[in-house]
Amino acid sequence: MSAHMEEQPHDEGTTRLFVSVWVWLLALTGLEVFLGYVHFDLKMKLVILLGLSIVKAALIMAYFMHLRFERLSLILTLVPAMVVCICLLFIFFPDSFRSSSLRYPHTNSPQTTGVNP
Amino acid sequence: MASEVQAEQLIAADWGGGAFPYRVGHRKLGMWLFIVSDSLTFSALLIGYSYVRASSDNWPTPFPFWPSIIFSSIMTLCLLSSSLTMVMAVKASARGDKAGVRRWILGTILGGASFIVLHLIEWNHLIDEGLRPFALPSEWAQRWPGASPLFGATFFAITGLHMFHVFTGLIYLASVAAMVKRLKHEDVEISGLYWHFVDLVWMFVFPMIYLLSVDFRG
Repeated sequence: MSAHMEEQPHDEGTTRLFVSVWVWLLALTGLEVFLGYVHFDLKMKLVILLGLSIVKAALIMAYFMHLRFERLSLILTLVPAMVVCICLLFIFFPDSFRSSSLRYPHTNSPQTTGVNP
Repeated sequence: MASEVQAEQLIAADWGGGAFPYRVGHRKLGMWLFIVSDSLTFSALLIGYSYVRASSDNWPTPFPFWPSIIFSSIMTLCLLSSSLTMVMAVKASARGDKAGVRRWILGTILGGASFIVLHLIEWNHLIDEGLRPFALPSEWAQRWPGASPLFGATFFAITGLHMFHVFTGLIYLASVAAMVKRLKHEDVEISGLYWHFVDLVWMFVFPMIYLLSVDFRG
């Protein structure tokens, strides 16, 4: 292993590959819009839609942003740090469920604040 | 022993200085680091929105099929297609075809600009209905009793910041297209990274803001 390692030629991917990624992204978007109109539990819907979005994000990062053709060291530096930091933000969620149970029960009297007449 | 020496040499080769351990230039690495930090900004906003929604008694689900969902789906199509044209611009740049880069980037700008126009029509429509950052239209308050008035704040903040990113992306791409003769291939690639990131963020904003708030009546 010499310090002057040969620059590896970038495998840029073919037009056919990128068009098929684009078609997949459109198809997943169509599926998301369809699921948006199916009646089922909102939390389940959130999980499914976010799951599909993560697949779409992964496709965009891997192919459009060329991450798949980069060195593994770059991917291992960027992706885990990003995922861990985003997951750390989830620490707020237990508090959101707590604050909703602390509220006075809602009455049917008309809302007076925060309404634009 | 031999493998230890080999490993040391390998580490020295990559991280001992004077080499490119990531095999990307400093500008491209810088753009990647910016993208990581910007993705945290958007995650914080989307998680803040989820927090407010989860802790509210009620949340308006006001987006009708026409125009909101149709518009936002077409906007998604615009962004995805502009990403594809951006990929083609980077491919043209790899071939050294500067005129091709310019043509494909112009196509990308067209997609981004139509996104902004459609989004502004959508905003205008909601503002006409009476939606404000901290107030709901009175019909919405009647239809969704106890709904949080922060709907507008989350909607305008998240889609507004995203629209601002699209707008700065358009300026960035226009300058790249204007100066393409003096730029290296990697510079075109970096502008592509930014554009794809803006597209990627919309892949989360669209389902979370629009598809989870569809109006089943319309």
